Amino acid sequence: MTTAARHNTYRHGLRLLFVTALMFAFGFAMVPLYDKLCYALGLNGRVANEAATVGGHAVDVAREVTVEFLTTVNGGRPWHFAPDQASVTMHPGEMKTVSFVFRNTQDRDIVAQAVPNIAPATAARYLHKTECFCFNQQAFAAGEEKHMPVAFTLDPSLPDDIERLTLAYTFFDVTDSAPRLD
Amino acid sequence: MAHTHDDHAHGHDDHAHHGPDKGIMRWIKTTNHKDLGTLYLFFSFTMFFIGGLMSLVIRAELFHPGLQFVEPEFFNQMTTMHALVMIFGGVMPGFVGLANWMVPMMIGCSDLALPRVNNWGFWILPFGFAMMLSTLFMDGGGPAGGWTMYPPLMLQTGNAFPFLIFSIHLLGISSITGAINVVVTILNMRTPGMTLLKMPLFVWAWLITAYLLIAVMPVLAGAVTMLLTDKYFGTSFFNAAGGGDPVLFQHVFWFFGHPEVYILILPAFGVISTIIPTFARKPLFGYDSMVYALASIAFLSFIVWAHHMFTVGMPLAGELFFMFATMLIAVPTGVKVFNWVATMWRGSLTFETPMLFAIAFVFLFTIGGFSGLMLAMTPVDFQYHDTYFVVAHFHYVLVPGAVFSIIAAIYYWIPKWTGRMYNEKAGQWHFWLSAIFINLTFFPQHFVGLAGMQRRVPDYAVQFTDFNEISTIGAFGFFFAQFIFIFNMLACCYGWFGRKQDAPARVWEGAHGLEWTVPSPAPYHTFEEPPPLPESELASIGGGAHAH
Repeated sequence: MTTAARHNTYRHGLRLLFVTALMFAFGFAMVPLYDKLCYALGLNGRVANEAATVGGHAVDVAREVTVEFLTTVNGGRPWHFAPDQASVTMHPGEMKTVSFVFRNTQDRDIVAQAVPNIAPATAARYLHKTECFCFNQQAFAAGEEKHMPVAFTLDPSLPDDIERLTLAYTFFDVTDSAPRLD
Repeated sequence: MAHTHDDHAHGHDDHAHHGPDKGIMRWIKTTNHKDLGTLYLFFSFTMFFIGGLMSLVIRAELFHPGLQFVEPEFFNQMTTMHALVMIFGGVMPGFVGLANWMVPMMIGCSDLALPRVNNWGFWILPFGFAMMLSTLFMDGGGPAGGWTMYPPLMLQTGNAFPFLIFSIHLLGISSITGAINVVVTILNMRTPGMTLLKMPLFVWAWLITAYLLIAVMPVLAGAVTMLLTDKYFGTSFFNAAGGGDPVLFQHVFWFFGHPEVYILILPAFGVISTIIPTFARKPLFGYDSMVYALASIAFLSFIVWAHHMFTVGMPLAGELFFMFATMLIAVPTGVKVFNWVATMWRGSLTFETPMLFAIAFVFLFTIGGFSGLMLAMTPVDFQYHDTYFVVAHFHYVLVPGAVFSIIAAIYYWIPKWTGRMYNEKAGQWHFWLSAIFINLTFFPQHFVGLAGMQRRVPDYAVQFTDFNEISTIGAFGFFFAQFIFIFNMLACCYGWFGRKQDAPARVWEGAHGLEWTVPSPAPYHTFEEPPPLPESELASIGGGAHAH
């Protein structure tokens, strides 16, 4: 090869190396991209995990929707975690407060984080919570039992075909990674 | 193939650099594309052997329901490692070896554009795999969460975990350097007159494959890096407790993973498109459409990834989109299959071993393609997901698909590489035993899969026993049949059984392409000056010239 041709191939090689670096970055860019898309489109049941400001909705008394509650403890922890009521039946637009009970059955203090999930996922955007233990990490002393309220409403624009939906919470142990609370 | 390159008789001025070094340092220091092609192929078949042994452990365990030979943990390590070894150690280096040998000889240049990078790219591999395989001997054993490495399961891997991640990084670096090398070579170093649409199909297939590699291997590197930081550095990319999402990993992984399966098959398309015209003694039917089909498949491979995760809980619109996009791939793939059949139509067919493997490829790959279409349909995929039907599907496209094409390519070009003809009778035996045993292995898996046998589980319901016994017998038969091939090829390399280096330059009378214009065995250095490109050597339009 002539020097010019060799120079050319090196430049081409470097350009492709640059593409490689871009694609590596793209792999990471998929993380915020995925989050934004999920929140924007309500995909995968993901909605902002923070208190919503609601009000001004007319209560649609003509319609009744059943909301069921499901609880899971992640990672084989022996904690007791259950809804105080299996389900509620409510009108869209109506405000409901339900509660969940959590008992730390371990003999150590723990910090746990609850992660909500709503099925069907398309309903996630229409369930607004004004109060929830899932908004923050929760600290439980050894043996402590707590009843924790969740206040929520369903947007009256909830699609007509949804008559029943499930609100599920999974508690994760984050004691090791949580900022110290003492 | 050690002796065959010691060819000082090639018609060249004697420069100090014209022959290979002696001894082991030749192979360690070599920057010669033929040497590196040979190394890649030896490495590939070593990995096929190791991965094959793992598959025999799996099949032996599944011979009967219940547990007989290995613990479930070890079984899971075997399924995980079998996949990683076969994909990254067997098929990919196999095709890179073929590219190393054939791309420069097909486009008429003396070597790959970046020979030292080429050497480095190869020599990373043994270290990467030594690291990956060493995990099997560690406390807690090797990775057992499946080659797809889904969190949170994969994050439970013990000491093996960082070794797995870094070995995948190494294999990624190797593939990317190889791919960059191939692209730069093909786009800059073709002999004058070889325009893009005059390139041999194997070169086209590899050009597109190389682009796919450059695009997606870095994404895999990113995905496994995120796994690593999730486990050791407290990030929460895939950890729901910290605001992440395990499903995100599946999206990132399959954004790599789906193009990856085309990385494993497009070079095979190139090989088959080369072999069939030779033994049909007709030019390839629809050369241009073959190129466009390759490009369409490559493009579509980027927008179908979520068909691997229909059951994960996607919105209906997403399931429909990925279903239809996936089924769309059947169109360019169908174009290719019809073109291969049309190439054979009314050809003067002969059935030497490479052609037998090529025809078996067309037939059996198409079976794998059809089961792929079934899996593409979202509603029925809910039944097929994670069953042996999926195992049967991807083994049909990978073993009688990708692996058969590598075998066909080696039979086809070994006389060019070594100057010695392989033993045709042994080749035919190898073919028929392989073709029978591979179907014995994988065809029954369709049935047990449809009936509900799950993959990656060492035990199964008793009613699946008969089919699993057949499958196991097939697997052992296939494994041992490959030694016919290994000995046949080694005999060509080392001149066993008195094989003489008497292969003609144009080994197959129907073969066209620049590689057949150099003597057999191919001299250590070929095409130091760009060769002329006669019409008769073109795959694209060689029609008139083929009628000798």
